Amino acid sequence: MSTHDTPTERPTQRQPVKFYQTGTFTVGNRLLPENVRSVQADMRRTNSLNSGHRACQGCGEALGARYAIDAAMQATRNQLIAVNATGCLEVFSTPYPETSWQIPWIHSLFGNAAAVASGVAAAMRVKGHSDVRVVAQGGDGGTTDIGFGCLSGMFERNDDVLYLCYDNEAYMNTGVQRSSATPPGARTATTPAVGRQPGNEFGTGKNVPAIAMAHRIPYVATASVANLRDLEQKVTTAMAIRGARYIHIHVPCPLGWGSAPADTIRIARLAVESGLFPLYEAHDGQVTARTPIRRRVPVDDYLKLQKRFAHLFANEAGKERIALVQAVADRNIAEFGLLAGDDAHG
Amino acid sequence: MDKPFAITLDVGSSLANRTGSWRTSRPLYVDRLPPCNHACPAGENIQQWLYHAESGDYEAAWHALVENNPLPAIMGRVCYHPCEGACNRGRLDEAVGINSVERFLGDEALKRGWQFKRPAALSGKRVLVVGAGPSGLSAAYHLRRLGHAVKIVEAGPLAGGMMRFGIPKYRLPRDVLDGEVARILDMGVELELNRKVTDIRQTMRDEGFAAAFLAVGAHIAKRAYIPAGEAARMLDAVAVLRDMEGADQPMLGRRVVVYGGGNTALDVARTAKRLGATEAIIVYRRTREKMPAHDFEVEEALQEGVLIKWLSTIKNMADEGTLTVEKMALDDKGFPQPTGEFETLEADSLVLALGQDVDLSLLDNVPGLVIKDGVVQVGPDMMTGFPGLFAGGDMVPSERTVTVAVGHGKKAARHIDAWLRGTKYAPPPKHEIATYDHLNAWYYADAPKTVRPVLDLVRRQSTFDEVVSGLDETNALFEARRCLSCGNCFECDNCYGVCPDNAVIKLGPGKRFEFNYDYCKGCGICVSECPCGAITMVPETI
Amino acid sequence: MLKQTEGSRAVAEAIALCRPEVICAYPITPQTHIVEGLGEMVKAGELAGCEFINVESEFAALSVAIGASAAGARTYTATSSQGLLFMAEAVYNAAGLGLPIVMTIGNRAIGAPINIWNDHSDSMSMRDAGWIQLFAETNQEALDLHIQAFRLAEELSCPVMVCMDGFILTHAYDRVDVPAQAEVDAFLPAFEPRQVLDPAEPVTIGAMVGPEAFTEVRYLAHHKQLRALALIPHLSSEFAAKFGRASGGLIRPYRTSDAETIVVALGSVIGTVKEVVDDMRGEGVAIGCVSICSFRPFPLTALREALEHAKRVIVLEKCLAVGLGGIVSDGVRKALSGVMLKGYTVIAGLGGRAITRKSLRQLFEDAGADELEQVTFLDLNADIVASELERETLSRRSGPTAEAILRRLGTVASGIG
Repeated sequence: MSTHDTPTERPTQRQPVKFYQTGTFTVGNRLLPENVRSVQADMRRTNSLNSGHRACQGCGEALGARYAIDAAMQATRNQLIAVNATGCLEVFSTPYPETSWQIPWIHSLFGNAAAVASGVAAAMRVKGHSDVRVVAQGGDGGTTDIGFGCLSGMFERNDDVLYLCYDNEAYMNTGVQRSSATPPGARTATTPAVGRQPGNEFGTGKNVPAIAMAHRIPYVATASVANLRDLEQKVTTAMAIRGARYIHIHVPCPLGWGSAPADTIRIARLAVESGLFPLYEAHDGQVTARTPIRRRVPVDDYLKLQKRFAHLFANEAGKERIALVQAVADRNIAEFGLLAGDDAHG
Repeated sequence: MDKPFAITLDVGSSLANRTGSWRTSRPLYVDRLPPCNHACPAGENIQQWLYHAESGDYEAAWHALVENNPLPAIMGRVCYHPCEGACNRGRLDEAVGINSVERFLGDEALKRGWQFKRPAALSGKRVLVVGAGPSGLSAAYHLRRLGHAVKIVEAGPLAGGMMRFGIPKYRLPRDVLDGEVARILDMGVELELNRKVTDIRQTMRDEGFAAAFLAVGAHIAKRAYIPAGEAARMLDAVAVLRDMEGADQPMLGRRVVVYGGGNTALDVARTAKRLGATEAIIVYRRTREKMPAHDFEVEEALQEGVLIKWLSTIKNMADEGTLTVEKMALDDKGFPQPTGEFETLEADSLVLALGQDVDLSLLDNVPGLVIKDGVVQVGPDMMTGFPGLFAGGDMVPSERTVTVAVGHGKKAARHIDAWLRGTKYAPPPKHEIATYDHLNAWYYADAPKTVRPVLDLVRRQSTFDEVVSGLDETNALFEARRCLSCGNCFECDNCYGVCPDNAVIKLGPGKRFEFNYDYCKGCGICVSECPCGAITMVPETI
Repeated sequence: MLKQTEGSRAVAEAIALCRPEVICAYPITPQTHIVEGLGEMVKAGELAGCEFINVESEFAALSVAIGASAAGARTYTATSSQGLLFMAEAVYNAAGLGLPIVMTIGNRAIGAPINIWNDHSDSMSMRDAGWIQLFAETNQEALDLHIQAFRLAEELSCPVMVCMDGFILTHAYDRVDVPAQAEVDAFLPAFEPRQVLDPAEPVTIGAMVGPEAFTEVRYLAHHKQLRALALIPHLSSEFAAKFGRASGGLIRPYRTSDAETIVVALGSVIGTVKEVVDDMRGEGVAIGCVSICSFRPFPLTALREALEHAKRVIVLEKCLAVGLGGIVSDGVRKALSGVMLKGYTVIAGLGGRAITRKSLRQLFEDAGADELEQVTFLDLNADIVASELERETLSRRSGPTAEAILRRLGTVASGIG
């Protein structure tokens, strides 16, 4: 653990070529050797979650899941089993008689994905299939709320499972109700934008990556569909580690957030660039790297693209609440040292 | 496996569900016109040759470049690169150093002896080109590539026109000029020097030319009436610069005053410095903002110690070299008006750099021509009022730059070719311009422009060594890779990656992508996340 | 090998003989001794190729089992009472996915009031979850049923609960015959799953099924249990042939061929019932009893054949369907549909209340005289009930019933024998 004592700034460039036409931020790069290109750039990528699924137009979760699972597939040379919690991802991908999954996949219940995955991992262990690895995946509700007990159990036992939480910040499958991952101020069906404190209460919510770190599991990271290379690198890192691992992936939901389907990645990017969704990774409970903000934006830029925050722009009181959201972003930026060249933690 | 009914499903079965039926609008791949290409007077496909340069294939890049412009090493030195002014990267950090990459490619080609492609088939037609300046050379090159027999007739002793007799060698070394001219001649273009065409129709008839392209340039210095003493040494800029190419350098003295505000004025002042003048003063009647000379040239001249007197006109020059200068003031419309305030300047010589006129005497017997403001009028096809007679460069209405001249040569060549074949040349329709708002600039990594090394100041003031050096390969590669590929797919794989429905098919290197409309739901993420604006959405029709 | 041991230990050894690969459990009385025993064997390295996973809840225990089983491992867990309810969602799920998990239920009452002693409320609450439920009469049978359960579960791809009475069996020391490993291996082949999570042959398990196919899926689950009706006696016979003793099967009639009165019961209480039957037979009373081993699938035909010639049937139930009466009785009635005989439901042994021979004797005699109510609560203290009802009428805020009764009785342990 001594090797992780000093956090370092994660370099935004991950390729040996220091600079090229568009930096490393695009999905592919014809100028790089194939073996260092992104998984998603590969013509032979798994498409673990295949076409024909019934996710809404512009679904961030569908995208995040394919990004993560394809990367995990590559990291494990396709020796992967996935366990899925109930939720949008499960429903839109496996309605009888069609499944979009190209990998061995099981859905059991809403709240037990982590435990089922522990069972799969145990079976692989006893059968001597140490090369077969297990991921569990669920939405924020299935992770931070109903599945939290099983998740914590999987963590503390340090079972050999990578848990992927696709966080779209509410119960979308059931019609956009609040979860413990719903951000302050957001309108949901159970936190409507009415009354003197419209939207979700400030001062509520659960920081599951931090809780995961508190379990001292080998690896915790946050990622975003807006930064594919960062996401893939984290999945790859996770798959090289044995034991319990957790990656929390921010996936905008056009339906629930009231945003344009075409803006899914743009919004995810603004969440990162505003500081509202910090990207970092932690080994053994210690933050070891963070992905710096490239072009900082005020939270307004992020909020105003989403109807769930429209009430914040309706009046003077809303402005004060936006200031509170900005304070959250500012605190994240200070806490993780997210500005480029920020070496506060160095 | 005897799988349980309904609960357990075979993988990949969702392909039966064609989600494309949800779509209300569909994405389409488009090509938009990059602003650099749009701005290039020579019509270069800049983005295309940068694309090859990015991958380090400089020979392919050079071949793509010379499709439109046979003089890249010269361009890389003397072009005022309007492309860079238009470059979208300028909005992000700094414009791509297109000019410096062009020069690198041109120099590489000279160093490695790359040759032009030969014409595929010969037409059997002969075309006369009058004038071996940039426009004539460009036309000759393109006509030759199109399979015609080309002869250039040049009145001067050497090819190059204003590139040789108007641009100082510290800006354009002569070996570069000679190298690029020679390569054109190597294609089988004939060049006859020291022959002035006096009657174009006669010459065409006598020598059997089916068409002619006139590009005689503008070599006659404009004069201003300045009362001067008998012994006053008053010269014109064209003559000074031309004499620089001869055996005897012009005698300008220790104190040289240059009158004018164009690039030529600067060239003369900087030349004077290099010839040993202690003072080189430019007198210009307006302000720096109004000066037609390019800013970087003004800057370089000032660095070299050239002085500029703004808002001043020269009233007379006395025998002993004393100049009377009147201060001017700009009126509300920005025109300089005399103030009645005078001062004097001591000068060993006064060089007038007030512009040039065209010698049109060879056209005296040609009917149907329209001459206006001292230049020949041509149609959009560069043809004069006389069929088969085309003209370009400084002798037609234009901004008089080497690049514009090269562009004229190309354009004229294409129309001449069509005319010879009895057809009309129709340029391909221009795409919509890829303006900055079409881009998603987030994806481009930060990378400021590479500055070309500049010659040490002392050496610049005393020698005619080239002031601005080229980029080395690493720098050129870096610079090429700064290109944003505005409006044209560069296969960054973003659309392929960001589609939540895997509805983008990657066709492989160089083949770009296709949409799989069976599954595309029309979300538009690919459009939003395309860095270079090469995808658009159109409404779906039933 | 004969040994004198605790019921839980006997079961643990039986499980070990079945070569389980993944065992997971969360502790709850009275299941604890079983999993403690297994945990120790795994830890000590006596159970090679087996993972023992300590989980954070019963819900997780069965969820881990689901994952392990779906990945092709022979999987076992055990629970009781509240624990079974806490895993309820996963109980249905395991059956729905057709995973051959074997789970021991150390039968125990369900609160409130909280109660650690035996009755059948827990497993009965899951009777429609799609699991096969086998009830053990003795520790020997508990041991034997687990061996049969794996065979049954894996042949059908259906999870099996082996129910044994908490404390009465789990904590009782008795003589059991523990078979040799070779004998078990000969009876129970290696697990060959019908579906498995395997990267070499990927499948999607647990799809969402809508109205277009849900009924068929449910029918197939029912059909699976109907197949079990044939398979259970078959396995019981095979087991008897290989191990030399009878255990399992659908039902076990005892002295019923000429009986006018037949007592139907499940689990360990049948031993006491048989003693009373023997006593009364000695006195010339035509009485017999039937032990139901397979509660799910419910053996309608076998029961009908065993009961239809009697004049009356007494169903002795350790579980109360509140507001209705008996759960087993419902099934028995259905088995006897159209047969004209008297049927009595007797609720007995709730929360560990002792079922004494004396009370049973009285009960059977009353039944024989047809002096029983339709639903009878054995040894119900009518005074307490009356006074509690009275107390409740006096004050709106009369306080909790259970505590009031305990105060009145003055001891917690009363009524356990």
